[in-house]
Amino acid sequence: MKNEINEAHEAIEGISTDDSNSVNSESPERRPIVPGEIIVSGEDYLPGDGARREGEDIIANRFGIAEISGRVIKVIQISGAFIPRKGNVVIGRVSDITFSGWLADIDYAQNGFLPIDDSPRFINRNEMDQFLAIGDVVAAKIWSVKSKGIDLTLKGRGLGKLESGFIFRIIPSRVPRVIGREGSMITLVKEKTNCQITVGQNGWIWIRGEKTDDQIRARKAIEHIADQVMVSGLTEKMEEWFENN
Amino acid sequence: MAKEIKRSDGRKADEFRPITAKVGVIPNADGSAMFAFGKTVAIAAVYGPRLLHPQHMQDPQKAILRCNYDLLSFSVADRKRPGPNRRAQEISKVTEWALSPVIDLKEFPSTVIDVQIYILQADAGTRTAGINAASMALAQAGIPMSDLVCSVAVGKNDKTLLVDLTKEEEDYEEGEGATDFAVAKPANSEAFSLLQMDGKISPSLIPEATALASEACKKIYEAQKAALKESVTSKNSGEKTK
Repeated sequence: MKNEINEAHEAIEGISTDDSNSVNSESPERRPIVPGEIIVSGEDYLPGDGARREGEDIIANRFGIAEISGRVIKVIQISGAFIPRKGNVVIGRVSDITFSGWLADIDYAQNGFLPIDDSPRFINRNEMDQFLAIGDVVAAKIWSVKSKGIDLTLKGRGLGKLESGFIFRIIPSRVPRVIGREGSMITLVKEKTNCQITVGQNGWIWIRGEKTDDQIRARKAIEHIADQVMVSGLTEKMEEWFENN
Repeated sequence: MAKEIKRSDGRKADEFRPITAKVGVIPNADGSAMFAFGKTVAIAAVYGPRLLHPQHMQDPQKAILRCNYDLLSFSVADRKRPGPNRRAQEISKVTEWALSPVIDLKEFPSTVIDVQIYILQADAGTRTAGINAASMALAQAGIPMSDLVCSVAVGKNDKTLLVDLTKEEEDYEEGEGATDFAVAKPANSEAFSLLQMDGKISPSLIPEATALASEACKKIYEAQKAALKESVTSKNSGEKTK
């Protein structure tokens, strides 16, 4: 298992893997919401991520799907650019080496910074490119997001330099779909194609398999999943897809 | 509005042209939308937050909003010389001002949010259509915003107030002539984020004009809301065909 799945993905995944009714219906639990719209009224609720309180009302601060979990109400982003959050696993490309670490392009306005102290073994500061050279692709976890920049870490399962194989990109908002609930979807793809796969929350996906055909099949499968945004029971449908492809 | 006013296209004085709103029209953008008032069609694309160059423009406290409005050369009857001009620069700037009160720019310091607005067909009211499209595109791009912005032009032909003038009405020359009064406001607020006027209007008519605009904005807001929600639920039907 190469994927670290944190709570955030699972929360988002809950929406996309659930049968599409939960999104379409106007049930108070989950529904599409636009900025400025009142989600619920009453003192009983607390505004979470993407929501604010104005007097009696809880109002959306962004476009997305409103989710009511207990007393907390949050608005989950469903479209747009990748916005880094603490704990996200991302794939980036090393774009510069500084005296204290590496800079990685992670498809956001700011580069991710990977400090030298974070590397799993001792590295001579004069030979930093022995470990990660400019252009190398690395899977890392976001350690912190500050206004100054994004700090990355390699501490964690499946993180580190990605060697051989290839990377490609999908739309970042489709990533939860590709991972599936608790990683069910990506596990299925890995099993069916015998490939190692790492999915970054920024939409970069790395695949390595022994046979080229397997790799291509894995990529096709993932692109197919990313296309089927709100099809219900996609994991079962993908099993079928693998029979035919 | 006691008397019934006859407009050349049969609309009532407080009626805007049929509107079309659609979200997600540009696949490569982070957020995009189309908004049309009758024959006026605007598309908007939002990119970012992304790295801002030149670096000296970066603001370490907040993101900057950079709008670019342009009429495409085929959008008007006489071919427009392509590229920005004085008018486009001005409208880009007022669009920025109209949208920035609702956007939470503090969340993405040192970055830029680019909004590109292009007018595919122009029949008056292009800046208002552009603002409406941009507001939906920003929402779709997942930018934190406190509200959507709605915009409409209230005009005047001689002494009668009319909502959403067409080019024909804008060229009216009898009596006091035509007045174009473009307005934008955050949908759930009483404040206005854009007030522009071209022509003559008596001060006593302004409250009436802004009231008409507010009423029209409510209906525009509903259309924007419906288009955004539609983009969530129709995603699969739209993409299955791919």
